[in-house]
Amino acid sequence: MATMRAVSSDAVFVRRTVAGDSLRALEEVRDLRAHANLLFELVHRDLTVRYKRSFFGFFWTMLHPLLLMLIFVAVFSGLFKHQTPHYETYFLSAYIAWNFFSQTTTNAMAGLAWNGALMKRVRVPRSIFTLSAALSGLVNLALSLAVLFVIMLVVRAPLHFSLVALPLSLLVVGIFTFGVSLALTAASVFFADVREMYQAGLPALLYLTPAIYPISIVPVQYRWLIEMNPLTFLVEIVRDPIYNGRIPSLQTFGIAFAFALAALVGGWIIFRRLAPWFDSRL
Amino acid sequence: MDSIELQGISVRYRREKIRSLKELVVRGLARRGAPYFYSLRDISLTVRSGESVGIIGPNGAGKSTLLRVAAGIVTPSEGVAIGRGNIVPLLELGTGFESELSGRENIQFNGALLGRSRAQMRAQLDDIIAFSGLEQFIDAPLRTYSTGMVARLAFAIATAVDAETILLDEILAVGDAAFRARCEERIRTFVREGRTIVLVSHETEEVVKLCKRTVWLAKGEIVADGPSEEIISRYETQR
Repeated sequence: MATMRAVSSDAVFVRRTVAGDSLRALEEVRDLRAHANLLFELVHRDLTVRYKRSFFGFFWTMLHPLLLMLIFVAVFSGLFKHQTPHYETYFLSAYIAWNFFSQTTTNAMAGLAWNGALMKRVRVPRSIFTLSAALSGLVNLALSLAVLFVIMLVVRAPLHFSLVALPLSLLVVGIFTFGVSLALTAASVFFADVREMYQAGLPALLYLTPAIYPISIVPVQYRWLIEMNPLTFLVEIVRDPIYNGRIPSLQTFGIAFAFALAALVGGWIIFRRLAPWFDSRL
Repeated sequence: MDSIELQGISVRYRREKIRSLKELVVRGLARRGAPYFYSLRDISLTVRSGESVGIIGPNGAGKSTLLRVAAGIVTPSEGVAIGRGNIVPLLELGTGFESELSGRENIQFNGALLGRSRAQMRAQLDDIIAFSGLEQFIDAPLRTYSTGMVARLAFAIATAVDAETILLDEILAVGDAAFRARCEERIRTFVREGRTIVLVSHETEEVVKLCKRTVWLAKGEIVADGPSEEIISRYETQR
């Protein structure tokens, strides 16, 4: 231990004592790029295995928002008719983003049961499973959006030019979700309760987000509660270009982006701190 | 050149696994006993490229942990582990296999896990299938395979890739005699080609046959390290 020689650059890996080995972001990114094929295979597996034995298969991704829309539209459209014309578009444009967030974070944690075994046996960048969960989520999100556009055409909701801003919005939502997933997966390795607590908290979070209802129905004195929720802004920047027909304001977008960045940095710090101990916990 | 270089490696785990918040609260207040369990203690070991090294020892000696450190999977609690060249671990059977996917899809997936590109795997697909002897079943889902079949597929994948160093953990214990003979033949070819093998096994006969050098491990420490015949005869008399 005392004599530590300089490590030549041809080393494929160097593993040092735990204290010095918390992952470095740049090394991790390089390692992820070297495993691009694995990332592709993981996403591919996620998307195919889930539906392999079901009759409707891949179409569940599309059927799910359709069924939900029917329920919510039936229940709420009468209620919010005056504030929100084309309630189905209003609801779905936000709910699709919400669903991506909740599904991805949940899947990232659940995936550890299977992937944890892999992490113990093959040398792969540790964040690759979380990243693949986020990418699979994005594919599902794209499919749901396609369904939404079809619905919009059918009910003759206007399609706006502002849709050009949508990819950027989705990127921000993706970054936020990935960051939160990193923190949650790392924490759930240590405490199984994290998953259960999160599952219990998700519905509450949904109702703290103006996805189902318009924010105007919330009494002014309680609005701060909703405006503290990052998802309010993330949902807004997705809904704006689809439903409101406008490119998100710089302010809304800035706040959403700040939340996304904070989630990524915070999530990464938590993840890298806990990652060297995964072995003994999984 | 050194393929694997381990300097003063220790791996320790916490004795108590705190799994839930409740346990944390309850246990956190209680006094704890010796908090660490050492799986490996101050191991220094260098494997030169082209060497064939066997690792023997009783259960719980730390053999598998040593292999996982050598593969760069486990981060040692103390010391430095350095790996050079393409190191492929073939550690535990069935990991990295997805029961719903076909044999063919699993080959692609496993190749990716071992860091291969799609093109590389496509080029080797026929070889892998041929060596596994599973031509008729290769498009059936893996859940229909027997344990032996999965073992054959795993071995075929790990040895087909262009590994410079291959790490084997008790892999030859599964599979029938014929397949075992082919595996041993393949390992010998590997060594002849100047590639590196590290083999963990309980069967000392196999180690003598396949490895020139043997490391004897007990309680996380190296008891002896030297030519296989010598080390194994000492190991056998000690037992």
